[in-house]
Amino acid sequence: MDNAVVVTHPHTHETAVHEEHHHVALPQHRHHFETEEQQREAGTFGMWLFLLTEIMFFGGLFFAYLLYRNWYYDAFVSASNQLNVTLGAINTVILIGSGFFMALGVWAAEVRKRSLLVLFLVLTTVLGFAFLGIKYVEYHEKWEKHHIPGEHFDISEFVNPPIDAKTGKASEKPLAPDMAQKTQVFFSLYFAMTGMHAVHMIIGIVLLFWLTWRAYYGEFSSGYVAPIENFGLYWHFVDIVWLFLFPLLYLINRHPLK
Amino acid sequence: MSDAYHDPSNVTNPEHADHHIVTPLQYCMVFGALLIGTLVTVLAADIDLGVLNPVIALGIACTKAVIVILFFMHVKYQSKLIKMTVGAGFFTFIVLITMTLSDYMSRAWGLW
Repeated sequence: MDNAVVVTHPHTHETAVHEEHHHVALPQHRHHFETEEQQREAGTFGMWLFLLTEIMFFGGLFFAYLLYRNWYYDAFVSASNQLNVTLGAINTVILIGSGFFMALGVWAAEVRKRSLLVLFLVLTTVLGFAFLGIKYVEYHEKWEKHHIPGEHFDISEFVNPPIDAKTGKASEKPLAPDMAQKTQVFFSLYFAMTGMHAVHMIIGIVLLFWLTWRAYYGEFSSGYVAPIENFGLYWHFVDIVWLFLFPLLYLINRHPLK
Repeated sequence: MSDAYHDPSNVTNPEHADHHIVTPLQYCMVFGALLIGTLVTVLAADIDLGVLNPVIALGIACTKAVIVILFFMHVKYQSKLIKMTVGAGFFTFIVLITMTLSDYMSRAWGLW
């Protein structure tokens, strides 16, 4: 079968031509979509397909964590308890707040309120920066304690845990040197997972600057919501990744199995 | 092209859900629920519950994720196509995890 273009809908009279272009209501509406709604759904569908690849990507990291935690359980418990739960919890609240403002931003675009949309996008960005700032403080602490995997990694704190002043016992179960080396596996995964998450946030913040700029010039306050909505899906997805990273990395090893 | 395919007001294809705008009040309630979930998961981590600690932590995380997906990401108000896409993605992910994990667990079965 050849690919010859067959005119199936000849323009026989003027009303037909008029009918065919009747549905083009907004400038962003591409003519290969039947309706505004169909175009919007196609965009949402495409965005979700992208997010599914992201689920598989982060899923691989989560699976590696699950497996190595079972193999080197004691090392993972000791290493995990080096993380600062307070900073992790504050960051969780900051990220949920950022997602909340992003959701409100989508609403502001839907109801065509330009200045509210810009305000919510700016608040989303500010909280995104706050998250990265706290993440920097946490990374810096790891640097100072020599808990970054590699040549200068220091296992002494895991082999000889500091004595707790109140109880007079070791604050963590002492690890044999070979198991203590495996804390590097935990920190490798910690940096890989939170690092990939942070990269996604940095990309998101760059996109937020661009979207805020366009929103300021009124591009998304005339019924054209798709870029804001689809970016919102991305931003919420990054939130969800953190909702799992926080308990898995910070919380579930506080009370190790005996 | 017949009239059946030309449907500007989208009346003949009910698969296309009505466009729904989630209100700020709903977003505030979702925000509150997520904050409560975060508080509960931090408090629960301080109690020694043995094997239940990770189970509870992951249960709360999954609940929060579902709330975000349904409301912040509007999946509750999307067409069946979008709902199926999201569901299929997570289902495939669970299949991959289950099969890989069962392989790792059964390789040295009885040899430990």
